[in-house]
Amino acid sequence: MDKNARLKEQIERTSGVNVLKCMRCGKCSGTCPSYDEMEYHPHQFVYMVETGDIEPLLNSQSLYKCLTCFACVDRCPRGVEPAKVIEAVRLMAIRQQGNNHMTPNDVPEALDDDLPQQAIVSAFRRFSK
Amino acid sequence: MQRIGVFVCWCGSNIAATVDVQAVSDALGKEPGVVFSTNYQYMCSQAGQDIIKEAVKEHNLTGIVVCSCSPRMHEATFRKTAASAGINPYMVEIANIREQCSWVHKDKATGTEKAIILGKAAIAKVQLNAPLTPGESPVTKRALVIGGGIAGIQTALDIADAGFEVDIVEKKPTIGGKMAQIDKTFPTLDCAACILTPKMVDVAQNDKIRIFSYSEVEAVSGFVGSFEAKIRRKARYVKEDICTGCGACTEKCPMKKVPNEFNLGMDNRTAIYIPFAQAVPKVATIDPNYCLMLKNGKCGLCSRVCTAGAIDYKQQDEIIEEKYGAIVAATGYNPISLDKFDEFAYNQSPDVITSLEFERLTNAAGPTAGIMLRPSDHEHPHTIVFVQCVGSRCDKCAEKGKEYCSKICCMYTAKHAMLTRDKYPDTEVYVFYIDVRTPGKSFDEFYRRAVEEYGVHYIKGMVGKIVPEGKKLKVQASDLFANKQLHIDADLVVLAAAIEPDKSARSIATMLTASMDTNDFFTEAHPKLRPVESPTAGVFLSGCCQGPKDIPETVAQASAAASKVIGLLSKDKLTGNPCVAHSDEMMCNGCSSCANVCAYGAITYVDKEFRMPDRTTAVRRVAQVNEAVCQGCGACTVACPSGAMDLKGFANKQIMAEVDAICR
Repeated sequence: MDKNARLKEQIERTSGVNVLKCMRCGKCSGTCPSYDEMEYHPHQFVYMVETGDIEPLLNSQSLYKCLTCFACVDRCPRGVEPAKVIEAVRLMAIRQQGNNHMTPNDVPEALDDDLPQQAIVSAFRRFSK
Repeated sequence: MQRIGVFVCWCGSNIAATVDVQAVSDALGKEPGVVFSTNYQYMCSQAGQDIIKEAVKEHNLTGIVVCSCSPRMHEATFRKTAASAGINPYMVEIANIREQCSWVHKDKATGTEKAIILGKAAIAKVQLNAPLTPGESPVTKRALVIGGGIAGIQTALDIADAGFEVDIVEKKPTIGGKMAQIDKTFPTLDCAACILTPKMVDVAQNDKIRIFSYSEVEAVSGFVGSFEAKIRRKARYVKEDICTGCGACTEKCPMKKVPNEFNLGMDNRTAIYIPFAQAVPKVATIDPNYCLMLKNGKCGLCSRVCTAGAIDYKQQDEIIEEKYGAIVAATGYNPISLDKFDEFAYNQSPDVITSLEFERLTNAAGPTAGIMLRPSDHEHPHTIVFVQCVGSRCDKCAEKGKEYCSKICCMYTAKHAMLTRDKYPDTEVYVFYIDVRTPGKSFDEFYRRAVEEYGVHYIKGMVGKIVPEGKKLKVQASDLFANKQLHIDADLVVLAAAIEPDKSARSIATMLTASMDTNDFFTEAHPKLRPVESPTAGVFLSGCCQGPKDIPETVAQASAAASKVIGLLSKDKLTGNPCVAHSDEMMCNGCSSCANVCAYGAITYVDKEFRMPDRTTAVRRVAQVNEAVCQGCGACTVACPSGAMDLKGFANKQIMAEVDAICR
């Protein structure tokens, strides 16, 4: 099995998503509130996982721009759940050695009076292994 | 003991290449009861059939086994051959050594071995075959059409044209259905009313057709050729035969704030109303939910202004019972409810409308007299966004929407977009699509015209959300080709809602014992070869009740259903299938297991007197099969715990004999 096929299988397994259910309507990207922040958009995540083009996703900052708001999951007419695909790719990235996107040292800097502490906690959980 | 003849067919090389036909006919010739065995290149040909006929004469055969193709292919052929040779046609058995043997085997030795086994099984069955005679039942030469839309109208007109009586039952006060609400028709853009209303008038004037409007079918019993239907004629509180449709009552009625369902609630009507100017029958109807006289006993204005004296506040529902030979379901469709699609703000803004509402909004007889104005502030919209596939093509696990493509939306959206650009060139029109599906005569050309000549912006992508903000609708969508997220400030959004079968279809299917699919569309007897018949004999399908269809397809199917009905009604007697279930009353314990599994309602119970061994009599409840209704599916024979139910021609002991022959 080549590397891309292995990565694809792993993402499908961790996310529980069957990317072949996608009919390419783009509603996930139409609904995404972080769209303009992202280099790769929700529909591209689904499509690139389908084609096995996963390296660029692993190296993209888009992984950390997804708010995990699940709007795409809620509105996808085919029940594809793009946010779960992004989550799976993000987990794959941060689980690699030394690839934590957020370390405890980053926390003080991120603190802000307007920001709910819960948001920091949830980001820390999502961006570190 | 039967005298059996075995005839092995080569089917050219289809069978002979993988089965040693000579070995098969030799081996089967040694079976008990077989007095003659041969093989021939094409058994179904005239020469082949002559071999069978001569063998019958020469060897005094009583049973025939043909080892050939599937019985679906040539069983009828060989039964006719037998009949012309003087043998009961049900003494013929086919051993399928083509589809189930030569085509699936590569090795000649195993193919030959299997062909011999299949032949032995057929011989074992013929040993137990008994001559069967199909029964006959009469045909009532009248048809019932349930639903008075374009499908029901066309079916009724065609049946009446052939000289048979037809009754149309329509639950609304007028026939015409959805087509009456549509403004223009694709791809020719003729006005829907201009082509529909003459047909409605034809129906009204045809003396073979009776219209039961504002009526519903309550119960259906019987079987093909002799159905009996109970039709409830709801009280309209107006004498239909006296009302002239002058409309004086509707002008005077003080209750003017009733949502007008013909305009999908976008304007109001009075409590006494005629749905639209060309309604058939053109008769007023009083809405009992709003009429002051019927609710409080105070008013009576309409009866005072009615010069014909047609108003009757005391009118009661009336039940009509009538016999029919055939029934056509033409129950139609509705757009789905969009309550679950919050992202499109349909329930939040009056300026987010469905495509059917858009039809009324652009129709000269609609709430805005055909001038396109937004429902909220009656201003002309300058930016219109059309969203396709709203609720269509959804995953079956998704909680909202339908799994199928609604088929008509691509074309009507192209029509709406084109007509808008034609009438109001200052309007920007966007269509968000997933795929544009336009198979059909002159359909793709029509869609291309919308793009190329009328400058409609077709964008590949879906709208993600719509937020009403001030006078605008903020549309957020993706443009997949540009790989961009678009933000459009729209004045009006039109949603191409999926269509679903009318809610009444399910109960009607139950009454007719007609099968439905998971989406509540009626199932056809065969998806390719019998598309306008229900699997239930005598029940036919017309229009969208069978699946999404546009008007040309609906009319074609309606005429096809009519021709099937005409074929049925033109027979004086129906010959049944003699391979039906029958119950051995001595063994039946009246448990109802068979009636519960019967999909056709063919089994009833009677109390019968029996003489008991001790010379007393006892009354027992036993099953009886209506042979005209039974389709011979055999479900009851499997369900019967006491072995009382058996299928003629496929008796349990015959099946066991076949199994024994195979295992021997």
